[in-house]
Amino acid sequence: MAQTTHTTTHGATPPEGTRRDFLMLATGAAGVVGLGAVVVPLVSQLAPDAQTVAAGAPIDFDLTPVAEGQGVKLVWRGQIIFVRHRTKKEIDEARAVNVASLRDPQADQARVKQGHEQYLVLYGKCTHLGCIPSGTAAGEPKGEFDGWYCPCHGSHYDSSGRIRKGPAPLNLGLPPYAFTSDTKIRIG
Amino acid sequence: MSGHSSYTPRTGIERWLDARLPIIRLGHDAAVSYPVPRNLNYFWTFGGILMFMLVAQIVTGIVLAMHYTPMSSVAFSSVEHIMRDVNYGWLMRYLHANGASMFFIAVYIHIFRGLYYGSYKAPREVLWILGVVIFLLMMATAFMGYVLPWGQMSFWGATVITNLFSALPLIGETIVTFLWGGYSVDNPTLNRFFSLHYLLPFMIFGVVILHVWALHHVGQNNPTGVEVKNVAKDTVPFTPYATIKDLFAMVCFIFVFSWFVFYMPNFMGHADNYIPANPAVTPLHIVPEWYFLPFYAILRAVPDKLGGVLAMGGAIVVLAFLPWIDSSKVRSMTYRPIARQFFWMFVVVCIGLGWLGAKPAEGGYVIASQILTTLYFGFFVALFVIGLFERPKALPTSIADSVLGAMKGGSGARLATATAAEPNAKG
Ligand code: HEM
Ligand code: FES
Repeated sequence: MAQTTHTTTHGATPPEGTRRDFLMLATGAAGVVGLGAVVVPLVSQLAPDAQTVAAGAPIDFDLTPVAEGQGVKLVWRGQIIFVRHRTKKEIDEARAVNVASLRDPQADQARVKQGHEQYLVLYGKCTHLGCIPSGTAAGEPKGEFDGWYCPCHGSHYDSSGRIRKGPAPLNLGLPPYAFTSDTKIRIG
Repeated sequence: MSGHSSYTPRTGIERWLDARLPIIRLGHDAAVSYPVPRNLNYFWTFGGILMFMLVAQIVTGIVLAMHYTPMSSVAFSSVEHIMRDVNYGWLMRYLHANGASMFFIAVYIHIFRGLYYGSYKAPREVLWILGVVIFLLMMATAFMGYVLPWGQMSFWGATVITNLFSALPLIGETIVTFLWGGYSVDNPTLNRFFSLHYLLPFMIFGVVILHVWALHHVGQNNPTGVEVKNVAKDTVPFTPYATIKDLFAMVCFIFVFSWFVFYMPNFMGHADNYIPANPAVTPLHIVPEWYFLPFYAILRAVPDKLGGVLAMGGAIVVLAFLPWIDSSKVRSMTYRPIARQFFWMFVVVCIGLGWLGAKPAEGGYVIASQILTTLYFGFFVALFVIGLFERPKALPTSIADSVLGAMKGGSGARLATATAAEPNAKG
């Protein structure tokens, strides 16, 4: 009995072992590749689909109707865009602050297009948790810094859209846009 | 307490089935002969109530799903269609919406029961952690369910909560885009939330099975926290004793549930959710459903975005570590004079946080939230520290002793015992 076991182990193990080892590795490798091939589509389908991406095509906007001191809200890619025609006072206030003292230091000059300082174009999305700050339309509370105020958890943005007070970590974002003429912009 | 089975098949068919699929035996062992401590109070009936609520949510939910349309342009009106046109649709929806609230009332009582009686301590750590997992899944389910009617609170609640993930460094923004399936909360978000809202309750069901399995393996804790020593003396069989008590409590609970459904069905909801979602206007005052308020208050108490998110997550996750945080060997707070006072303070802190979560995030409310958030986490530190020096009161030697003691020399013979009551409990 003991001898039979002994011989079987002794005689049969090495060749069988290597074959099994090979199958193990080959199957394992195929399994990993297969798993990857399944996980990639499963995760990727969550991303914005072709239709959603296509709906994000650039939009043109004519600034002429926006008088000084006024602001408008546009929608691009399902997101709100603020366009504000700033007053002289608002521009001066934005430029008077010490940039280094800001939470997200950025000069006002870097947030507007050269030669079009009066126009501020921003994502209307609070960088805290995504609410729409008030302050664009006439009569809406503008917060303590003549800019925007987010009602959700109390973030204040200044007249350059920079975060000045409250829980939001960053300045209001800048969408990609360019002036196509003196009074027209293309967003996207 | 998985002792040997006391099931004896009586008919030929039962014997035949028992040899092939012992499912009747399983039911008998789990819900008839299963021994429960004889001193359980009504706080132990909430497990059964939770089971009932889960089934109620699934049944009403499946009915709602037959009439609901998860498409952003019509979701809101399809809910109104359920309310106005579908026979008894109003009832199904009010049962489902209020059912979610009642589910959370029951789970909070169930959790505080566990905290008070030390039910998380060895050997019930896994049982407890499975409970925390169920709680997390419930929160995810309720959150996504609340998005489905596509009202203003649905939309902005979804925006704020999904944006929590954007606080994570580097990958945050990508995660949020993948959650949304777009650049903001929109139709793709609604579609996937509906799919997941349908799925998660069944996952909860699966974890509940594990939870009950773990329970039946280690046995129930009890108000004294003293383990069962003598099954015959310390326990009674589940049926009829626990069965009837659980059913009675369930009926009382259903009275309260029905009172909300029939007399104040929108009391726990928010009026703004009857305004269709408008991506261009954020309501001036956003509040989550009441059951999320304490955690929402913790989120807002921290003036830093990532910090707030971590504090909020930590407030839930810390529960899972409780078995190793609490340093006392004594389970029940009844015998812990110092810890018991901290327990009640913790209850007050949680209610206080809930109240603050509904207030605007400004001035004194923020400071109060910060103090209470510190106290919330302080409770867990206290549990560790108190256990090191607290002198517990004398524990009863056994469950039977504590019951007999309470009866002031009343005759122990009146107590049914597991063995005596079991064979023909129907009489
Ligand atoms: C853990 C169990 C569940 C919880 C906590 C839960 C919670 C919720 C909540 C809070 C709402 C919003 C109610 C409102 O304000 O209108 C909701 C809506 C909905 N739920 Fe559930 N649910 C659960 C299970 C299910 C299941 C299993 C299904 C489907 C099979 C389902 C289908 C629906 C549908 C279609 C709606 C939209 C209709 C409406 O808003 O009334 N639910 N759920
Ligand atoms: S979302 Fe604006 S302050 Fe929180």
